[in-house]
Amino acid sequence: MITRREMLKRVGTMVGVAAGLQVYPRALAHAQARSQGLSAVGDALVSLTPAEAETLRAIIARLIPADENGPGALEARADRFIDRALGGALKNLRSAYSAGLAAANASAQASKGAPFAKLSAADQNAVLTAMQQESPQFFNLVRTHTIQGTFADPFYGGNENFIGWDLIGYPGARIAVSANLQRMDVKPEPSRKSAYDYGMFNKGEI
Amino acid sequence: MATTLKKTNVVIIGLGAAGGVACLPLARAGLEVIGLEAGSWLSTKDMAPDELKLNRGLWPPGPQKTKLEGVIVRANASQTPTRANHPMMNAVGGTSVHYMAQSWRLNPWDFKVRSETIRRYGASRIPKGSTVEDWPLSYDDLEPFYDKVEYEIGVSGKAGNIGGKKDDRGNIFEGPRKREYPMPSLRTSGFMEKMSAAANGLGWHSFIAPAAIASKAYEGRPGCAYHGYCIGAGCHINAKSSTAVTTIPKAMKAGKFSIVTGARVTTIEADGNGRVAGVNYLKDGQEYFQPADVVLVASYVYENVRLLLFSKSKAYPNGLSNNHGQVGRHYFSHNQGGGVAALFPFNLNNWYGTPGQGIAIDNWADDNFDHSGLDFIGGGNLYVYTERRPMAALNGVQAWMPQGAANWGSAWKKFVKENADRTNGAYLQKTTLPYEDNYLDLDPSVKDPLGFPVIRITAEYKDNEKRLGAFIAEKMKQWYMAAGATQVNGNGNVGTAMGASTHAYGGTRMGDNPETNVVDRWGFSHEAPNLGILGGSVMGTSGARNPTETLQALAWRTAEYLAKNWKSIAT
Repeated sequence: MITRREMLKRVGTMVGVAAGLQVYPRALAHAQARSQGLSAVGDALVSLTPAEAETLRAIIARLIPADENGPGALEARADRFIDRALGGALKNLRSAYSAGLAAANASAQASKGAPFAKLSAADQNAVLTAMQQESPQFFNLVRTHTIQGTFADPFYGGNENFIGWDLIGYPGARIAVSANLQRMDVKPEPSRKSAYDYGMFNKGEI
Repeated sequence: MATTLKKTNVVIIGLGAAGGVACLPLARAGLEVIGLEAGSWLSTKDMAPDELKLNRGLWPPGPQKTKLEGVIVRANASQTPTRANHPMMNAVGGTSVHYMAQSWRLNPWDFKVRSETIRRYGASRIPKGSTVEDWPLSYDDLEPFYDKVEYEIGVSGKAGNIGGKKDDRGNIFEGPRKREYPMPSLRTSGFMEKMSAAANGLGWHSFIAPAAIASKAYEGRPGCAYHGYCIGAGCHINAKSSTAVTTIPKAMKAGKFSIVTGARVTTIEADGNGRVAGVNYLKDGQEYFQPADVVLVASYVYENVRLLLFSKSKAYPNGLSNNHGQVGRHYFSHNQGGGVAALFPFNLNNWYGTPGQGIAIDNWADDNFDHSGLDFIGGGNLYVYTERRPMAALNGVQAWMPQGAANWGSAWKKFVKENADRTNGAYLQKTTLPYEDNYLDLDPSVKDPLGFPVIRITAEYKDNEKRLGAFIAEKMKQWYMAAGATQVNGNGNVGTAMGASTHAYGGTRMGDNPETNVVDRWGFSHEAPNLGILGGSVMGTSGARNPTETLQALAWRTAEYLAKNWKSIAT
């Protein structure tokens, strides 16, 4: 498996990125998680097995990798988003994930001689490229959910520290926007808020 | 066994954009009115700026309506129909709760497409097979009702023509209006200003489009918050002028108006003399019969037609008000295909706002330009707007990736990072005509969950729509390029099947001739004198703009006519 530490080492030479991740204090992350209603679950897996989660993490780390353009899906905790969703809103896809993740490992074993998570990034990319051709249904499922886990409201367990929104410059959920924030010569300050941080909306299913 | 309820003066079936307006003049006239609504009241607490919730279809509860009613679609009679979806919604306020809220009047030309085309270009220019007729009323006839609706629901805009006096801060191509809008236009964004300047550079006239959204505090509701979660999402502060927060509450205060939610109307009853007697509906699994002096049908186009076709009786063996075989005819859905998108070499900061906040151009709409050398009639409204959510931005970027490039990985990430805020897609609404072989009917085999046949749409765009689509796409590209876009796409191909749409028209068309129309010039059935029909189903032409304000003006006019002529219609 590519651990978070190893992954950070790989991008360590890339200016700013790793630093950005490291200076992000764990306490702050936990405070944020609480404000998003995550404290009850924390980081414990609610749906996937540890082995499935390891494979999934390796896949999402290739779909939206941490690189010179900033942290990716793994840092945004798209894996946590998916794990939680598979126990909730997406529970009807739980078995598709079991089968799809097993197939990814089988394919990695057959073509590269090791489970997906143990392969080099280049080999993982090759396996995913083949998977996109040969099992587009599962590939598209994971891609869609990886995007959701990176760019959806942090309420759902992903987009940690607003990594996804920062990547594309989306200035965040707001309940009111001034004229100034719609000017082309202004880059709006990120709101750093989930929709549910405003305390005026019913929470949906995770 | 159905429970028969106490008779009332008027039953309105559906409290959406149309029924939700009609209730007000009736309640003010002192009539006892019952509104039967299949949906429920919605809460601003459920209108979170949450893209995932919206994408998952958890809000608005629109899919429930199509699931319950089950529209199917085919381009022509030789095709096998397939299931169709549209985001129209069952709720108090209906789809006006979550629409884009562009609130337009039709152009005077739209009321006289046939005669004006013949007068200016000759009879040969009416497209082959088109059943288009002049409306039985003119723009000027409808003007007082447009005015009423704009003030009662609250529309923001800038007049371009008050009593013939043009003002180029508004739409100089619009028909003359009596007075200014009740509220100034929504504000401009940087992107809108850029597009506006580009249009002016081309010699085109750009203006801020009118919207049924409060631009400032209005009748107890706050002005727009421009937060970027407007389309397909209800307003969290009630700045959007849906009927649920405007005319419906006013009607409840004004008089004897009551609402039954969760009421699914199954049939309309007619007596032996051909007059309607009341409606049957289901609520919580129970059947009820609600007798009424007058019934106003105000569900969506597909359901209006379906209810009439279901409601067979001795007097109407082929469906209510269908003894001339016109129910379901002259159907069309708005020609909005052939989209155009652009990629700019700079950020647009177009995340926030609302689709009602936009810049429009009418130079190429309706008959505002000379069609002598062209091979189509009508035109299109060019429109660009604000609001782009993060995941929608990723979708928007995809079209600009190099051919064959992977939609994941580092290269993809770099591309979306750079371009997520650099794309824009235009909204292009174009004249659409009714044709002899485009229609709605009941499918012979497919049933909804209650066991009733579903509506089958058989409709395709013809040459006029296709040529117009290509023409308008070119104009839009020109506009984007003038604003600095480096790439534009869209071939102007509007497709073939008209499909299910949020802009559906016809099926119970309004006109003086009962041989070709279901309702008369006041919106009442040519056959059942105490049956009125409201909504887009009475409209015989589309114009190049959203139908809502026009069908609301028509609904107000029908209701006011009913109140003024109560004795002769109700007895």
